[in-house]
Amino acid sequence: MNCRSEVLEVSVEGRQVDEAMLALLHTILLHRSTGKFHYKKEGTYSIGTVGTQDIDCDYIDFSFVRVSSDELDRVIRKAVGEFKDAMGNGTDGMGQISLEFYQKKKSRWPFSDECIPWEVWSIKVNVVNLANEQERQICREKVGEKLGEKVINIVEVINQHEYLPKMPTQSEVDNVFDTSLKDVQPYLYKITFQITDTLGTSKTTWFCAY
Amino acid sequence: MMDSDLSPQDKKDLDKFIKFFALKTVQVIVQARLGEKVCTRSLSSPTGSDWFNLAIKDIPEVTHEAKKALSGQLPGIGRSMCVEISLKTSEGDSMELETWCLEMNEKCDKDIKVSYTVYNRLSLLLKSLLAITRVTPAYKLSRKQGHDYVILYRIYFGEVQLTGLGEGFQTVRVGVVGTPIGTITLSCAYRTNLAFMSTRQFERTAPIMGIIIDHFVERPFGNMGHMRPCNYRAPGEDEGAYNGVEDSQEVCTTSFSTSPPSQCVFTVSKAHLKTPKPAVMDTLKVPMMGLAFSHQLYCSRLSYQPPVLVGAADFCHPSTLNAANPHQVTTQMGIPGKEGGVPQQVPVQPCHGAQAEHGRVSSCPPADHVPATPSSSGEGAETLSRSIEVKGVSPCDVLETTFTRKVGAFVNKPGTQVTTASLDLPFAAFAPRAYDLEENDPMVQPPESPATSSPLQGSLHSQGSGESGGPAQDDFVMVDFKPAFSKDDLLPMDLGTFYREFQNPPQLASLTIDVSSQSMAEDLDSLPEKLAVYEKNIDEFDAFVDTLQ
Repeated sequence: MNCRSEVLEVSVEGRQVDEAMLALLHTILLHRSTGKFHYKKEGTYSIGTVGTQDIDCDYIDFSFVRVSSDELDRVIRKAVGEFKDAMGNGTDGMGQISLEFYQKKKSRWPFSDECIPWEVWSIKVNVVNLANEQERQICREKVGEKLGEKVINIVEVINQHEYLPKMPTQSEVDNVFDTSLKDVQPYLYKITFQITDTLGTSKTTWFCAY
Repeated sequence: MMDSDLSPQDKKDLDKFIKFFALKTVQVIVQARLGEKVCTRSLSSPTGSDWFNLAIKDIPEVTHEAKKALSGQLPGIGRSMCVEISLKTSEGDSMELETWCLEMNEKCDKDIKVSYTVYNRLSLLLKSLLAITRVTPAYKLSRKQGHDYVILYRIYFGEVQLTGLGEGFQTVRVGVVGTPIGTITLSCAYRTNLAFMSTRQFERTAPIMGIIIDHFVERPFGNMGHMRPCNYRAPGEDEGAYNGVEDSQEVCTTSFSTSPPSQCVFTVSKAHLKTPKPAVMDTLKVPMMGLAFSHQLYCSRLSYQPPVLVGAADFCHPSTLNAANPHQVTTQMGIPGKEGGVPQQVPVQPCHGAQAEHGRVSSCPPADHVPATPSSSGEGAETLSRSIEVKGVSPCDVLETTFTRKVGAFVNKPGTQVTTASLDLPFAAFAPRAYDLEENDPMVQPPESPATSSPLQGSLHSQGSGESGGPAQDDFVMVDFKPAFSKDDLLPMDLGTFYREFQNPPQLASLTIDVSSQSMAEDLDSLPEKLAVYEKNIDEFDAFVDTLQ
């Protein structure tokens, strides 16, 4: 099974990094989260309900929908915050934040469990500095339009209905889903990012969300 | 038929999925155009009433409209369900913004599992719809609706019509789901041509958007159904009026199996729920009155009045008032837009039920027409309309009367004496006669106002009027007050000078020696004649005396 890889690119102003990343990551996670599984006897299970909520961006003319889960939002915000800090404030630079969905494959002792990615979303971010308020206003609208295009791209990919992990049994659910949240259940994922500073050096930081 | 290989249970399940998918699709689209943010809670435990495991509330009116459009049919090959979103301005102009199409083509996927894969993919498609509805241009417009325009929706079934979107419309595909009987596709065609046509309605405020030139083209198809407001009635406090599931609505009891796909278990059962609590504790953050007002849309005067539910709060329905007197409503009643304060509560305006039933989509009637309303609350609204019109007239009348000042009789004011057409002043022969027109009387026709306007003058102008209060403006008249002895007075002098100058007025001409030198006899001789004339005109003198009282 080959891992599907998608790349999205955006150019944003420094203060827009957080919201742009949150918008795209949450849009992906909306499609890659289900309700909580409740296993019953006889090998059947039921699925909880996923709520959604609209989020308005402050620095971008854009609104997006995310899963109604404060826990999940906190995790994503923390990752995006670290990415933003690594990018630096107010400086030009490039970075890439990746959202990787994976499955765990149990290995025999002494080998550790293997993480096999099945879908990776890479968001390349180019941070620009703007000179005046007029440019910032134009940037607000332009970035909003761009994010809209990216959301459409995401939806196009997702609705191709390519590989998805098989629904696990109760004993294997933790190998496919992140069951740590109390209200929703995203597929197992991890967030990583790379920063390329102005000197061209690349730093990779692993931020394991689960 | 492609579904000949489908088991009866699978066929039944598939039909049910398609039906509820269509209903949920409509809900998502309309709720995304309400103009407010949507928020629903996640529930870890399934309630059995949330189709596709998504918390999408059901606005009863929207479900009703969707079911009415479907008329018991399902979207299928050649039978598409469409949701049309339009914009309507306060002046009655309307424009289609987008059309969402739920279609089915002939491409079948016979191997797909209905009760598992199709269901989950439909759930995924709904999530995509949630995302895409926030991305098309109509979303931003719907978030800003209020004074100048509102957003309409219309559901129809059958052939897709996109001609109202103008040239160069774009299409975005939300997604596809293959089924054994065909492939379900969900897409959106949206207008891109928002060029300005008229600035008439935007002369006071910055234009929010333009009106395209071709929106006056008549629809090529008749019997298109009705436009409905993107309206939402918030539930009552007990939430009893707002049920996620209607009585006897089929409940989705999702139960999946982790066994191999051939042993998937999926049950759909009917449940009779009498007083079910909503599946999701919806927290749609909408000020109800404000939302109802700002989303009161109607096209062709076809407003939909849902049946009053127990516990449901009343909502404003001033759509007719808006259409009838858009400017009067906004200026006289002072109802602000969404960003402003709380709108006034107006009586509930019942629907034009008779018109709605006929399914006409006529062009919008003239803006000054107040449609008849059958119910008592409608009369109230109509009265309100009328009262608004009266208010609009009276200020003008008041202003006009301030100018009718008459100079009294016997006033020695050469050159400025005002004579009424129907009255001869008594003893007019003794007074210098100078027939001066009313127009030249500064007390009746004030001279042009100076560059600096007084506060009083400013207060007599209605808001939003033009710069000059000249004859071109019918609503108000400029008043230029020149208090006596002010620097702008006609006789620029102070009070002391005025007193000294006029302290000793000259003798009346009638009492001078020259006049008295006339023959007394001649005067006495002419007296009877004069008395006769006066006696003849006694009625006029009486009327004159009455005016003095």
